[in-house]
Amino acid sequence: MAKMKFLCDTERCIECNACVTACKNEHEVPWGVNRRRVVTIDDGEPGERTISVACMHCTDAPCAAVCPVDCFYTTEDGVVLHNKDLCIGCGYCFYACPFGAPQYPQTSEYGARGKMDKCTFCAGGPEEDHSAAEWEKYGKNRLAEGSLPLCAEMCSTKALMAGDGNLVADLYRERVTRRGGRADVWGWGTAYKG
Amino acid sequence: MMKLIKRQSTPNAAEPKQASAAEAIDRRTFLRRSSLTAGGVAAAIGLAPSMVKKTEARETEHSTAEVSRIRSVCSHCSVGCGVVAEVQDGVWTGQEPAFDHPFNLGSHCAKGASLREHGHGERRLKYPMKLEGGKWKKISWEQAINEVGDKMLSIREQAGPDSVYWLGSAKHNNEQAYLFRKFAAFWGTNNVDHQARICHSTTVAGVANTWGYGAMTNSYNDIHNSKSILVIGGNPAEAHPVSLQHIFRAKERGAKIVVIDPRFTRTAAHADLYVRLRPGTDVALIWGMLWHVFKNGWEDKSFIEQRVYGMDEIRTEVAKWTPDEVEKVTGVPEEQVYEATRMMAENRPGTFIWCMGGTQHTTGNNNTRAYCVFQLALGNMGVEGGGTNIFRGHDNVQGATDLGVLSHTLPGYYGLTEGAWKHWARVWDVDYEWLKGRFDQGSYEDGDAAVMNTNGIPVSRWIDGVLEDKDNIAQKDNLKAMVFWGHAPNSQTRGTEMKTAMEKLELLVVIDPYPTATAIMQDRTDGMYLLPACTQFETYGSLTSSNRSMQWRNKVIDPLFESLPDHVIMYKFAKKFGFADELLKHVQVNGEEPLIEDLTREFNKGMWTIGYTGQSPERLKAHQEHWGHFNTTTLKAEGGPLDGEYYGMPWPCWGTAEMKHPGTPILYDTNKPVAEGGLTFRARFGVEHDGANLLAEGSYSKGSEIDDGYPEFTADMLKQLGWWEDLSAEEQQAAEGKNWKTDLSGGIQRVAIKHGCAPFGNAKARCVVWTFPDPVPIHREPLYTPRRDLVEKYPTYEDRKSFYRLPTRYASIQAKDYSQEYPLIMTSGRLVEYEGGGEETRSNPWLAELQQHMFVELNPADANDRNIRDGDMVWLEGPEGGKVKIMAMVTRRVAAGVVFMPFHFAGHFQGEDRRYKYPEGSDPYVLGESCNVAFTYGYDSVTAMQETKVSICNITPAA
Repeated sequence: MAKMKFLCDTERCIECNACVTACKNEHEVPWGVNRRRVVTIDDGEPGERTISVACMHCTDAPCAAVCPVDCFYTTEDGVVLHNKDLCIGCGYCFYACPFGAPQYPQTSEYGARGKMDKCTFCAGGPEEDHSAAEWEKYGKNRLAEGSLPLCAEMCSTKALMAGDGNLVADLYRERVTRRGGRADVWGWGTAYKG
Repeated sequence: MMKLIKRQSTPNAAEPKQASAAEAIDRRTFLRRSSLTAGGVAAAIGLAPSMVKKTEARETEHSTAEVSRIRSVCSHCSVGCGVVAEVQDGVWTGQEPAFDHPFNLGSHCAKGASLREHGHGERRLKYPMKLEGGKWKKISWEQAINEVGDKMLSIREQAGPDSVYWLGSAKHNNEQAYLFRKFAAFWGTNNVDHQARICHSTTVAGVANTWGYGAMTNSYNDIHNSKSILVIGGNPAEAHPVSLQHIFRAKERGAKIVVIDPRFTRTAAHADLYVRLRPGTDVALIWGMLWHVFKNGWEDKSFIEQRVYGMDEIRTEVAKWTPDEVEKVTGVPEEQVYEATRMMAENRPGTFIWCMGGTQHTTGNNNTRAYCVFQLALGNMGVEGGGTNIFRGHDNVQGATDLGVLSHTLPGYYGLTEGAWKHWARVWDVDYEWLKGRFDQGSYEDGDAAVMNTNGIPVSRWIDGVLEDKDNIAQKDNLKAMVFWGHAPNSQTRGTEMKTAMEKLELLVVIDPYPTATAIMQDRTDGMYLLPACTQFETYGSLTSSNRSMQWRNKVIDPLFESLPDHVIMYKFAKKFGFADELLKHVQVNGEEPLIEDLTREFNKGMWTIGYTGQSPERLKAHQEHWGHFNTTTLKAEGGPLDGEYYGMPWPCWGTAEMKHPGTPILYDTNKPVAEGGLTFRARFGVEHDGANLLAEGSYSKGSEIDDGYPEFTADMLKQLGWWEDLSAEEQQAAEGKNWKTDLSGGIQRVAIKHGCAPFGNAKARCVVWTFPDPVPIHREPLYTPRRDLVEKYPTYEDRKSFYRLPTRYASIQAKDYSQEYPLIMTSGRLVEYEGGGEETRSNPWLAELQQHMFVELNPADANDRNIRDGDMVWLEGPEGGKVKIMAMVTRRVAAGVVFMPFHFAGHFQGEDRRYKYPEGSDPYVLGESCNVAFTYGYDSVTAMQETKVSICNITPAA
């Protein structure tokens, strides 16, 4: 089975935010909830790099490990989804997630949290595929119709890749080889000291 | 958050589409399907694009209705990205990547990826509205046209046709832009202009006067072939994000990227070398680079000998720009100048990209010509991977420029001479004398030039047309009515004076999908109308992208609310003014809608100068249907019905459509025959100057039967060459006494090309433009400069009594030293989320959420000097008194002493939130101060481009 992964090539990411608005467009995510965002490192200084971040659909997902109502599940394709009917909006997953992926809609003036919302890898949720209930709670289900996440499909520079992890890796490896240097993905220098 | 789509229940969930065994699948489909099984991958780089699925029946969450997939083109920037819109029951329900499209291969930036909001946005101008006693009142279209029309006719009667200003738009499609220019001519004025004046007018003037045409010479796609890429005064990572996909393809093949900018932009973050210069010193820096070229003998000597005029005069000027002097003026140390030059010299072909950072100066035309000279010196012109890749701004600013929505020319750069008017009168089939009678009679000039032959007031100066003393203006009377037809006022400088000008007018009209800042920045109580135009997704037609490709854009949805397409509104006004029948003599009108295809055919009949003649609606539609057939580097169709043609038939697409010219993908490329898209430099400036030969020497396009330079083709020249008999009898009749620009049969062009020649001749490019204020580009200090020590040596121009009808100040402004009270240099630019004046994009919640505050970038040193912390509110004040209250962003992105502001905001004015002034429900989500309230006087010496890339200011904490 395929294992779905995202990879953002920081040599190509230009912080254009197409991934962010593509996601808004596809799922009509409300103002204030960002399933995907672009993070900038060293803003305005030499070495500035940006990276598009959303739920990374972890194999051993910390959100699932801490969830008190066990609302998370992993699909056959390796996509981490959750059941909003079970979610109690406690925010534990937000503490656990290394990427800040879980989002909570503001439901009242006192800031009470609504049910958690996050990137679904455009794979909907536990409701029937393409049902109104699925759309209402989780947005479009592109995977079920043979399409990949729109954020990656619309990326301005093809920096953001999405799909089966092995294919993403092949594509990225090919790119790095063509560049003729070491993998210059952000974080390499930190991990391996140049 | 509002619900954008009516969510309907779908009792039966749709089945994923399965492939039948017999169905041939392309690689894209394979990848899509494999995502369910073996796994797929998006963002496949470099794949040959395949056909996007045609209309298919599919049930969705929204509706059980059939989904139609409509091909359109993004209406934001000039890259011209393909769009696939999914529509059900007339509602825009989905947006899919246009993987097939040769320019964007499915990609978008933040703006392009949020286009579907156009089909749902509620913050639109919904109905015709009238300001009555300070309140907006909904009125009917009929009442609006009658009242506005009557007022205009009365102004025309009393003050003359030039007292009504028709400000058009780069957002019009080609057909609308063409009709708009023709409409202004029929009204009887040259007071017509659009955004090109304030974005790339200095490019068009500078570049056209160097080698013939004032447009991008190569294409975004051709950058794949570049071995070096120099970007100066441009930030494509934000302004043209999809272009970075092409730039990165070159980079990953080893190309070097040099970014020269006062600001460390997001583009600079991906460069091999970033060079920071002081704003307004481009000529000094380019001459500093050429100093190294000449010193090291890096110039392309044979190219210069064969194809360049005047390089010796450049050498003389360049000799003054020693490394010391360059550093003193630009702030760039010698090793950086040398390194940038070496990268370009050792990695050829190299391309040269520039945008507003180069153009928006009092010396803008000098800058653009210096850039061209640099490319000529390195022999980078007319080759794949080389060229001057001038990234235009709006989606159709190239088209609107080509179609002459400008105060100094008719469509096709024919100018305003008697010959030009007679040419278009013939195309329009109207009486020349009648046209002439539509204008003010007499002359505005000291000589005897008729009014119709006199440049109109440019958009950058319209406020002076209102405010300047009547006796100082070279026209009958002041401007009394202003029509903003698809144009944001906040992109023009001197905001406080603009407010006064808006209030002084007798009539102010906005025709736009949004109310725009015009609706709210003034304090009128009456005499103002807002008329709702629809967007380009609610109509159809052609547009010309930056690379000169013409694309056909389909209608996605019907006009929303009571909005109407621009050409319908033009028809309504023409009918009111009584010239609709003459205006559309050869155009079918359905109800009140002129047929777009007939408008295309009409400009096809007259645009010989730049080859807008071969792109018939039928050919354009065929190109749209075969997006996937075009090579994504060369743009050439490989096989199929369009084999050998270039996508969108980039102009010049010579001759008639029947001639089937493939378009010209790279200008001045002598390696191809003209019939296959090759070209020479244009013989536009005569055959000799001061005794020197201006024609090419020993250089000619492949297959040319004339093995040397030659002048532009005329009927007489055909006879001399013995080629006259190649014309058919009808062509001979049409061509007699005419030339390649005025022969309406296209015969002269056809025969010249048949013999391998370029219809416009074969000449040298010129480095010296003897008709310009500075024949050799020279450095001049900006009008407002903190470098008082340089003013004496590099002074600005003398004041001029009449320039585009208006007195224009230079030296008298520069004479006064403001640098003590206003010590910071200010410049401006774009943000990726917003476009132009920003009303459209700030009304889109998906974009507005990402940029909620107007801000100013300032260096930590300047912030600390003023006790300002990141996120503080500050007052920024310009030397003419305009001030804005904005948020401080403290960052090293700008150097100490330089501040930067984005120009997309409006709605606040000098500290006041004017949201209450919008018609109810039409206010953008995000408002903010307009930087141009603080920006100042200053106009290019050739085109009157406003100086928005360098002025001075002071910043203080806002208590």
